[in-house]
Amino acid sequence: MQDLLHEIEQFCLRHGISETRFGELALNDKPFVSQLKSGRDLRGSTAQRLRQFMAEYGESAPATGDASGRFPAGRLAFPHRDLTGIGQLERHEILYLLDQAEQWVELNRQSAKHAGLLGGMTIINAFFENSTRTLLSFEIAGKRLGADVVNMHAAQSSVKKGETLIDTAITLNAMCADAIVIRHGSSGATQLIADKVDCPVLNAGDGQHEHPTQALLDALALRHKLKERGQASEDFTGMTITICGDILHSRVARSNILCLQAMGASVRVCAPPALMPAGIEAVGAQPFHDFDAALAGTDVVMMLRLQSERMSGQFIPSEREYHHLYGLTKARLEYAAPDAIVMHPGPINRGVEIDSEVADMIDRSIITQQVEMGVAIRMACLDILTRSARGVEGWS
Amino acid sequence: MKQANPLTITNGQLVTPGGIVSGALRVENGMITALGADVTAQDGDDTRNARGKLIAPGLVDLGVFAIDKPAFHFGGITRAALMPDQSPPLDYPSRVNFIAKSGKPDLWVHPLAAATSGLGGKQLAEIALMKDAGARGVATGRGWIADSGVMLRLLQYAAMLDLVVVAHPEDGNLTGEAAATAGEIASRLGLPSAPAEAETLALARDIALAEMSGARVHFRQVTTARGFDLVREAKSRGVNITCGITPAHFMLSDLATADFRTFTRISPPLRSEADRQAARAAIADGVVDVISSGHDPRGPEGKRLPFADADPGMAGAQTLLAMTMGLVRDEVLDTERAIELLASNPARLLGVDAGALIVGHEADIAVIDPDAPWFVDRTKMEATSDNTPFDRQGVQGRVQALFKGGVQI
Repeated sequence: MQDLLHEIEQFCLRHGISETRFGELALNDKPFVSQLKSGRDLRGSTAQRLRQFMAEYGESAPATGDASGRFPAGRLAFPHRDLTGIGQLERHEILYLLDQAEQWVELNRQSAKHAGLLGGMTIINAFFENSTRTLLSFEIAGKRLGADVVNMHAAQSSVKKGETLIDTAITLNAMCADAIVIRHGSSGATQLIADKVDCPVLNAGDGQHEHPTQALLDALALRHKLKERGQASEDFTGMTITICGDILHSRVARSNILCLQAMGASVRVCAPPALMPAGIEAVGAQPFHDFDAALAGTDVVMMLRLQSERMSGQFIPSEREYHHLYGLTKARLEYAAPDAIVMHPGPINRGVEIDSEVADMIDRSIITQQVEMGVAIRMACLDILTRSARGVEGWS
Repeated sequence: MKQANPLTITNGQLVTPGGIVSGALRVENGMITALGADVTAQDGDDTRNARGKLIAPGLVDLGVFAIDKPAFHFGGITRAALMPDQSPPLDYPSRVNFIAKSGKPDLWVHPLAAATSGLGGKQLAEIALMKDAGARGVATGRGWIADSGVMLRLLQYAAMLDLVVVAHPEDGNLTGEAAATAGEIASRLGLPSAPAEAETLALARDIALAEMSGARVHFRQVTTARGFDLVREAKSRGVNITCGITPAHFMLSDLATADFRTFTRISPPLRSEADRQAARAAIADGVVDVISSGHDPRGPEGKRLPFADADPGMAGAQTLLAMTMGLVRDEVLDTERAIELLASNPARLLGVDAGALIVGHEADIAVIDPDAPWFVDRTKMEATSDNTPFDRQGVQGRVQALFKGGVQI
C-alpha cells in the first residue's frame, strides 16, 4: 500500500499534476489520494487499475516541462505566483528562469520580435518611483509577448498622502490585470500588494529590499559572457564576485548577493562603513572597506551607482574622495583576476564609481549586455508567471 | 456613579503588598475598608464570590497614547496615564484639565504634561500650571529631547515640583527615520535601521542629568541589554530612576518583522533575540519597575502601508495582563511581583493612592482568573483598532470582573 502511494506521489511530481487531478483522471474520484493517505482500504483490482493508468498515461500525455529533465515538470519548476524577491527562490528555480530566458534572447536578436503568447492579456506597470530603463524594459518585454501594456506613474508623495497603498492595489486589481509590475520606494511594498491582488505580481524594485529581475539579468549576462569565452558552466561555482558601492541603500546588491550565492559564487561586498549594512556577513557576503583588497583575485567586479545626494557630506565627504577610494580605474582593475569581467546595473556615473575607459572596455565590460538580457529575463518572468492563467498544460 | 451599598468580594486570593492571602475584601463608599482572611460580608452588603480566583488591584497603565475604554476595561485597567502626544498636544493647562476629567467615573485618566511646548524639545511648557490642572507627571512624548541643556532644566524644574519625568530613551539623531534595529533582519529586508546603541546613548545622558538634578526619571521603555545594564548600575548607585517595558519587547524580537507585517512596527523597534532575553532577565532580577501596554491603536490608514511608511504603535491594552501572566507561568516573576509591575509601581510613580490592596485606597479591583485561556483575535478586539502583533496567539489570564471605586464596570 505504501509502495503504491509512493508511486502515485512520484507520478504526480513527474507529470506536474495535483493529487486531486490524479484521482479524477484515474478513477474519477477526486479525494481518492487523500483518502488513501488517511488509510482507505484498497482492493487488489483497483491497485492494478491505478498501475495500468500510470503506465499508459506516460504514452498518451508526455511530461511537460523541458526535455532535458533537469527541472521538475510543469508548475513544479516554478511554483510561485509572484516574483517578489530572490530570497523566495530555490537554486533550481533561478536556473529554470535563466534557461527559459535563452529563447527570448534569440528572439530579441531577430528582426521579427513578436511572440503572441500573451495576446489579450493586460499588464500594468505600476511605478511609484521614477525609472527609465526598468520601466522601458518591462514595457518592451510585455509588448514583445503580445500583451497590452499600461504604464502607471504615480508620484510617490501623492500616493502616500492620499489612499493607502492597499487601496491602490485593490483599485488595480479591480481593473482585472493579468500581471502587475510594481516599483515602489518602500521595502516590502510589493509583498503588501501581492497579498491583496488576484494576479501575479512582479517586483521591479521595492525600496532597499530587492530587485529580483536585475539580479537575474545580471546572472544571465554573466553566463553569456562566460559562454562566449568558452568557460561555459551552468552556474558560478568557484567564482569570486565583488560588489562595490552603496550596499546599504541598494536593492540590487541585496538581490545579487542572494542570487550569486545561490549559483555557487562567493560574494564580496565593498563600501565605506557608512554605506555598509549591519550584519551583512549573516547574509553570506564578505564585507570589505578596502577596495584593492576586495578586488584581489576577483573574477567579476560589479559596480553600483552612488546617488549624488549621498555624496555631499552625509555619507561621503565628496565625489572626488569617493572616486579616490572606490572608483574603478584601469589601474585598479589590475588587482582583479586577469580578464575580470566588469558589470554595472546603470545608470553610470562616469568618473565617479567607474572610469569611462573601464566602462567601455569591449572585452571586459558587459554593461550593455546586461541591458539586453533585461528584456529577455522579463519576458521569461512574464511568460512563466502567466502560464497558470493561460492554462498551459501542467501549470494550472 | 457612586457606590450605593457596601460590597464584599469573598472567597478569593487577595494579592496584597505583603503576599497572597486567602480571604475577602470589603468596600464602602468607593474605598477599601477591610481585607483579609477574617473579613465577612455584613448585613445589607452586596456580595460577590470570587470562586478562588485572584482579587487584585485594577491595573494602572503608565503611558498610553489613546483613551480606549472598552479595551482598558477588557484588560483590567482602571487608571491610565495618557501621553501628551495628542492632537493638540497636552502642553496647556486647560487641555490637561479637560483630559483629567474625561474618563470618569469608570476610568481615571492621569494626564502626563508635555515637557516642552508643542513637544518641540525647545521651550519648557507651563508645567506647574498643568500640575495644578491635574497632570500627574511630565513626559517628553514619543521622542527624546535632543538639547541636553533643555533636558537638564526640565529635570531641575520637575524635581522642584516633585513630578516624575517620563522619558523616551532613544537618541533621535541616530535613529532618524529608522523603522528597525540594525542587524541581519533589517539588512535582509532593506529597512531603514538604527543601531541599538541609540538607546544606550540616550540613557547614559539622561541618567547623568537625573543624577545631577535629583529628578525622578522614568524611562518608559528600555529594550536593550546594554540599556538594562546602565539602569541596573545607576540604580545601585542610588540614582532616582525607574524603567518600564511593554510586552512586545519581552515577547517578540526583530524576527517577527521578517514578513513586513506593519503590526510589528513599534517604537522603539523590535530588538534582537539576545536583547529580548536580556529584557526577561531584567524583569526577573527587578531592574524593570513597570510593565505597561503602550496602547496605541492605529487604523488602516496608518498600518496598511509599506513597513517603513507605517505608523509605529500597537494596541496593547487588551493583552497586557495575559502577556504578563505568561511571564508568571514561565517563572520569570511571581504573581505579587507581576501586580506590583502592573499596578503598584506605576501608581506610586504617579503619586496616586491606588494600585494596591490597602485599607483606605480607592476600591479599584480586578477579579482575575490567571489561567483562563483565550485567543487573541484581531477581528474581535474591543479596542478602537486591531493592530496587535499577537493575533491568533493563545494566551492565558483574563479579568472576570472589574470594579472602579467599588462600582462594577
